[in-house]
Amino acid sequence: MSKRPQWVAFGAVVLLVLVLMNLPDSVVARTKLAISSLFLPLFGLVGSAHQLAGDGVKAMVPRATLLHDLDTLRQENQTLHLELARAQALEDENRRLRQIVGWQQVSPWQFRPCHIIARDTADWWSTVRVDAGSRDGVRRGLPIVTAEGLVGRLETVGVTASDVVLVGDPKCRVSVIVRETGESGVLTTLSGGVLDHRLADLTHLPRNSLLRPGMTVYTSGMGGVFPAGIPVGTIVDSRSVGYGLYSEARVRLAADTSRLREVLVLLP
Amino acid sequence: MSYARHILLLLLAFLAVFAETAFDAPRVWLGSHLSLIPPLMVYAALRLDLLAVTTLAVLAGLWLDSFSANPLGASILPLFVIGWILLQRRDLLLRELDYAQLVLGAAASALAPVLTLLLVLSKGLHPDLGWKSLWQLVVLAVTGGVLTPAIFRLLDRLEALFTHPPEVVNPYRPNREMKRGRY
Repeated sequence: MSKRPQWVAFGAVVLLVLVLMNLPDSVVARTKLAISSLFLPLFGLVGSAHQLAGDGVKAMVPRATLLHDLDTLRQENQTLHLELARAQALEDENRRLRQIVGWQQVSPWQFRPCHIIARDTADWWSTVRVDAGSRDGVRRGLPIVTAEGLVGRLETVGVTASDVVLVGDPKCRVSVIVRETGESGVLTTLSGGVLDHRLADLTHLPRNSLLRPGMTVYTSGMGGVFPAGIPVGTIVDSRSVGYGLYSEARVRLAADTSRLREVLVLLP
Repeated sequence: MSYARHILLLLLAFLAVFAETAFDAPRVWLGSHLSLIPPLMVYAALRLDLLAVTTLAVLAGLWLDSFSANPLGASILPLFVIGWILLQRRDLLLRELDYAQLVLGAAASALAPVLTLLLVLSKGLHPDLGWKSLWQLVVLAVTGGVLTPAIFRLLDRLEALFTHPPEVVNPYRPNREMKRGRY
């Protein structure tokens, strides 16, 4: 058998890869979203199957459980109504004080719920794809959260789907603050733990850091990407590095990014 | 020439990429995703031809990269190199043995991410690597090895469903019958 076709194919593939790997970023992003749109019918099918299964489970819940849940939710609703009234009073007061001092008004964030439809096929990146795009009003850089805390930010936005880079990915650094001590640092990559995938490294801490396990970490609002006050996680341990020149800590992330199904996009 | 086997292979690769990206149970249980593409490449190289190897590498590579933060095209070359080398040497391999398929599948499943990673690093990107990456490589190699003989059997059965069975030549030929006795 002649070897010539094999060498021709080898050359053609190498050439194709060289061209693809040197395309501009904007073209690559659009091409990726276009190629992955081939899978949309399958994602729709899986989504419908999930919904059907969920409906089936709901139909089988006993009436007594539903009534108990309803009662609990009513009580919770009353408490939340009171809390909301209190929060609104505080917000009004805050707005008035801002007007008096002349500070810029802060508009409240809106939420846009969306589903996670796909995960990165390479283990060395932490990205997911969500079913919200530019037609839903989302844009690049918006924060992604869950009820537990910060999840990541939007990296690439298509018309119907977008890529989210998760907290712990090298491309998603978060400026954070420790509530109890007021120390600020930068949340960088995941700690590389095999057993616990929720540990992330907190760097750029002051030399004489007073961190203790269990202290809570929130976004600081610095950098302008994430608004201040979003829960990020809790301190697991801290250590002195660089011959005592600075400190680092490990943070257990509040949101388990490996089990996410639904997330919220924060819209300004 | 029938292209049924090629189409079947690409269809399975399409479904494998979808399963890899849509179902996160292996990541939760094993700490790594499972990839069926390297075992499929071993099948293409050992059972099919250069066309199958090339189309599988290009299409599956593009599909994989479209769901990843890897540079577009980073998965194509590693897959193609694996298939191309196996294709060159397939006459020397005991390719019908389960053991050989297992070893080749494990080697391909370990080699594909390593070569992809080299391409990613050559672009100046900084992926998240650590001890867990080694664990993920072990999981990929072991599962890829175990799945390869299973994929060979599955595709052989599917192929039997969609293609004509091979013509059975009857060794008895009436026109060559030696007739003995009186006529």
